[in-house]
Amino acid sequence: MHGEPAPDFALTTADGQRTALHDLRGSPVILAFYPADWSPVCGDQMSLYNEVLPEFERYGARLLGISVDGMWCHRAFSENRKLHFPLLADFEPKGDVARRYGVYREHDGTTERALFVIDGDGFIRWRYVSPVDVNPGADGILEALDALNAGVSK
Amino acid sequence: MSKHAHVAQLTVAVSDRDHTIGPADAPVTLVEYGDYECPYCGRAFPIVQEVRRRLGDRLRFVFRNFPLTQIHEHAEHAAEVAEAAATQGKFWPMHDWLYRHQIALDDNALLEGAGELELDVERVRRELTDGTYRARIREDFMSGIKSGVNGTPTFYINGVRHDADYDIATLLAAIEQAELADSRR
Repeated sequence: MHGEPAPDFALTTADGQRTALHDLRGSPVILAFYPADWSPVCGDQMSLYNEVLPEFERYGARLLGISVDGMWCHRAFSENRKLHFPLLADFEPKGDVARRYGVYREHDGTTERALFVIDGDGFIRWRYVSPVDVNPGADGILEALDALNAGVSK
Repeated sequence: MSKHAHVAQLTVAVSDRDHTIGPADAPVTLVEYGDYECPYCGRAFPIVQEVRRRLGDRLRFVFRNFPLTQIHEHAEHAAEVAEAAATQGKFWPMHDWLYRHQIALDDNALLEGAGELELDVERVRRELTDGTYRARIREDFMSGIKSGVNGTPTFYINGVRHDADYDIATLLAAIEQAELADSRR
């Protein structure tokens, strides 16, 4: 089963690189929209995913964090939390990519806490929008990657 | 395409491999996924103790490791020392010691703690160097991930993730509700 094509984008990461979705064809991509850097809890969503990264890599999957924060904010956050995956700045035009994925929050200018698993051909195979104050964890992502693998091996 | 909405549940049942305190047939089992260096877990520690004190034999408490190693540099070794203490029959004393000494958890402090609890310190040191308990801790961690642990501490009451606050009143109320549900089964 294929989902809809994932809207393409090219955004700047915390270290100033451009990352384009189409450059990642061939690998599953986990796109994790989150409202803002610096949420004031331990084990926030990005720190949690940082710990799970080796599991995602076992599926050959690439994880991209994405919020409307700018590159410098992302850089400070990423260094502080020692993140080993890129954070993309959906900063100019603000929230443009989030809008195209249908997860921009007009009333507060941030994005939903939304997860997308995109297959190696660029199709959205799983999505989940969490209540904005609830960290969705990583179990759904791992289940989606399992399902992707099961589909491929059929 | 699935839209994913469910109540997070414990995917790995409590078993002999777990560190448990309280009767195995207690009506309620409280599982905590925790990190010894996490300040929120530190705040939860006396709360869990008080809840245990109030409920006595009505509660079984289980602790599983969920160290956030990238933000807490001592969390992994602290978890390993607790496991090393378990091998020497002193998991809970070490667990409690760690939460009472959260401000200093470097390797020297951990080994001092092992000394205070009269463990075989050389053995603990060797097991720390060898990473004897690393795989077990990762197993705990992954069982948490697959059960929807989304930060530390995360609690499960009779296998269901407790998403509300974990102050004494809220936790007690949730546990008593689970106890009532259990008695009606």
